[in-house]
Amino acid sequence: MSVPLVEVAAISRSYAMRSGMFGRSTAVHAVDGVSLTIPKGETLGLVGESGSGKSTTGRIVLGLEPPDRGAVRFDEKPMAAPGTAAWRAQRARMQMIFQDPLGALDRRLPVAAQIREPLDIHGVGTPAEREERVRELLRAVELTPAHGARYPGALSGGQRQRIVLARALATKPDFLVCDEPVSALDVSIQAQVVNLLADLQAQLSLTLLFISHDLRVVRQISSVVAVMYLGRIVELGSADDLFARPEHPYTQALVSASPAPGRRSAGRIVLSGDPPNPAARPKGCAFHPRCPCAIARCATETPILSAVGGDRQVACHLVTGSKPATKAATRDAA
Amino acid sequence: MGRYFAIRIGRAALTIVLVVTFAFVVLRLSGDPSLMILGPEAPPEVLAAFRKAWGLDDPIWFQYLDYFGAIAKGELGRSMRDGRPAIELVLERIPATLALTLPAFAFKVALGIPAGIYAALHRGSAIDRAVMMAAVAGFTVPSFVLALLLVLVFAVQLGWLPSGGQDSWRHAILPIATLSLGGAAVLARFTRSAMLEVLGQPYIRTASAKGVPWRKVVTSHALPNAAIPTVTILGFMVGTLIAGAVVVESVFSWPGVGRLLVVAVANRDLAVVQCILLLVALTMVTSNLIVDFLYGFLDPRLRMKGAHA
Amino acid sequence: MPPLVSIEGLSVAFNGVPVLRGVDLKLQKGEALGLVGESGSGKSVTWLAALGLLPRHARVSGSVRLDGGEILGAGEAELDQVRGGRVAMIFQDPASALNPVLTIRKQLCETLALHRDLSGAAVKAEALRLLDLVGIPDAARRLSAYPHEFSGGQVQRIMIAMALAGNPDLLIADEPTTALDATIQAQILELLWSIRREMGMAMVLISHDLGVVAENCDRVAVMYAGRIVEEAPSNQLFADPVHPYAQGLIGALPPLDGPRRRLTAIAGTVPDPASMPGGCAFAPRCALAAEPCGHAAPSLAPIADSRTVACIRAEASRRALLGMAAE
Repeated sequence: MSVPLVEVAAISRSYAMRSGMFGRSTAVHAVDGVSLTIPKGETLGLVGESGSGKSTTGRIVLGLEPPDRGAVRFDEKPMAAPGTAAWRAQRARMQMIFQDPLGALDRRLPVAAQIREPLDIHGVGTPAEREERVRELLRAVELTPAHGARYPGALSGGQRQRIVLARALATKPDFLVCDEPVSALDVSIQAQVVNLLADLQAQLSLTLLFISHDLRVVRQISSVVAVMYLGRIVELGSADDLFARPEHPYTQALVSASPAPGRRSAGRIVLSGDPPNPAARPKGCAFHPRCPCAIARCATETPILSAVGGDRQVACHLVTGSKPATKAATRDAA
Repeated sequence: MGRYFAIRIGRAALTIVLVVTFAFVVLRLSGDPSLMILGPEAPPEVLAAFRKAWGLDDPIWFQYLDYFGAIAKGELGRSMRDGRPAIELVLERIPATLALTLPAFAFKVALGIPAGIYAALHRGSAIDRAVMMAAVAGFTVPSFVLALLLVLVFAVQLGWLPSGGQDSWRHAILPIATLSLGGAAVLARFTRSAMLEVLGQPYIRTASAKGVPWRKVVTSHALPNAAIPTVTILGFMVGTLIAGAVVVESVFSWPGVGRLLVVAVANRDLAVVQCILLLVALTMVTSNLIVDFLYGFLDPRLRMKGAHA
Repeated sequence: MPPLVSIEGLSVAFNGVPVLRGVDLKLQKGEALGLVGESGSGKSVTWLAALGLLPRHARVSGSVRLDGGEILGAGEAELDQVRGGRVAMIFQDPASALNPVLTIRKQLCETLALHRDLSGAAVKAEALRLLDLVGIPDAARRLSAYPHEFSGGQVQRIMIAMALAGNPDLLIADEPTTALDATIQAQILELLWSIRREMGMAMVLISHDLGVVAENCDRVAVMYAGRIVEEAPSNQLFADPVHPYAQGLIGALPPLDGPRRRLTAIAGTVPDPASMPGGCAFAPRCALAAEPCGHAAPSLAPIADSRTVACIRAEASRRALLGMAAE
């Protein structure tokens, strides 16, 4: 493996949340002891349902919010204190792309001016050079200067996401955090943006943290995938292998829930129970109330993410080196 | 639940203190009441005696504490003009004001809400456009202009109604019309936009898709939701019942609280002005509290007590 | 067997802008039909128009027959019997699809009162049975709760219970799981599947997700720019799509297993309904487009047993696909 660009060591983050208008506030553990390493030029996919903490993890990695515990290292240096010159230099090398491009853009400015903005802020080059750079960025995301003169409202969803991408690339970052970047787009447009992202990554040797609930898109773009459930990573492994042979019962259910042409729903693992609620996190393994193979130990003891052979790591009492959690597997076959 | 209302009531009390303080400071800084009441030619010794009698030569913070101390004892001061208790002066004017504002409020509701609902249900129709135009006029035409216009047409030109005074119910028609037309327009506009917002919601389409007849979709699905924002503006209107008629009472020489306020301000009759302002603040704050209660009643989402997982 | 629903030449325009441009569709009793397409393709509008649920300024023309009887342009009273009674509908966003100020009991019993000959205690008993059927635990207590007290998946279950209240012959599910998490989506699809099997009800599943449609429907119609461009049994459509747009949609879907390949994105964007290209609406984005494609919009024509496609280059497209597969 090559040199890591981003190293996340056991970060945790909790919020105080009030349940209802008159309720008392409870601590919600959004992220709980997450460790990740992203090698230079590679993509780590972060998968999970709402409430899994995947977006919070992305924000902490970018330094948009501080972790309560743990630390993030970028290019072998700890994250600088916010507001310092070192922090600004670091931040210029990392950018973020969100799900909703319209919300990320200013409706009252032509998009070219918005791509230019980070260059102005960081004082990159002469005004003429900045203009040239904006044209270059528009070309890079397969748009024309004519698109640059338009306002966000006059562009389609896919074009807007390209503009957001161009703006993120303006400062020549090394690292991009993409939070559900294609979820709001139609399938055919989604494919355009995914291809573009893959091309740009190869050209610019970008490192990506790709956050999505869509297993297909994540597999398409990631080399390594981490599956999160209620703030913790439950399984981690190389993308192809993880989706082909999921070992954690939750990953098995997720993969099985992803509808596929040609597969009938007969062999599907359907999890019972409500979606996970970060404010009422079950004791022991957070997944145990919905787990088809849970045993008594799962309710009391939190499993630790540990290597189970190859490059796979799983946090499940039932998964040991040689075999995946089995009850789900037999049900799948039945 | 108790904490929620404790906070609201505390906030209401603070609002009242702030209003009274503001009125106190502004009135003391804007002119010497002794000159206003006794006239500029009054001999200095008379002025000095007057100031001493009313405590006007005490330091302002002392007057302020004194004033609040008195309020706490239920003592709202006396008029500097005739020495009668200020509260008495104000209370005897309230029926006259309510004789205008209560019917006006009823007309606003009876006219504005149905017009707004009708306009929303027939969006783009001639009636909708008429309601909207009336609403814009109601927003932009100041009430004294409307009052003068009505006087010009109905009292001067047509001679149907008297232009001022308080002798019979006919005298009340023009002031009530002035008060209610503008408010009805505002209310119509609010109701219309609240209703349009609700009619565009997915649950309205759900109700239609269930086969609920349109009339019932409107009455039992749309109206209860549209009522929530409309209550806000209604609450604001209730808040103006006591002193919302200052301009109209002046134009029509109607002897209500509003006229009293104008005269008292002109004379720097401190106790009377403060008493009226206190009353206004009280009605405003009370109507806001009522609105908060009504919200809880109308919107179950505000009633929830953390039962939601 | 006469079809349950037969739609012919259904067209819709909003303020003179056509959004649906002649849709023909037949649905048999008990059949599950999938309707796929991207946003703006007209898949939801088709059914909203059929049931008279579009806003008043929509211009609707064509014919929609239910069991042979015309319902397009029928009186409101007649339509109110159809809606929720013979044809029920559930929508995408469960959070806003239920009235926030009314209890579940009120909303559920309202449907029962409209379409079923029940009264008094029988209404409540039936409401409880329905909630039980769709898997709402502790139904008796939950009946007096408001929508915001349920999770998204539970609200969608309640929507399904409401849809079933009128014992419909047809359930139209408009993106029923799009707003839900993957594991909850699986639950809802499973529920729809079992209920349909039990009640012998026909279903139209509207979705942008090809996988969801493929797994849950017997037959699929692909829509593009207000028209149906291809219709086929599910397994055939996904194994062997003929229309270049259908091919594009399937090629744009990243695979979950097997080797990774570069996605075959469809170039360009969906045309603006206000300035539709003449001829085939897909031609400007189509790799196979030839000069005649710009002349006239192709109509749906049979290419095999129970398969139709609207493309004059269908043969070429099929050859291209076979060539691709042979590589």
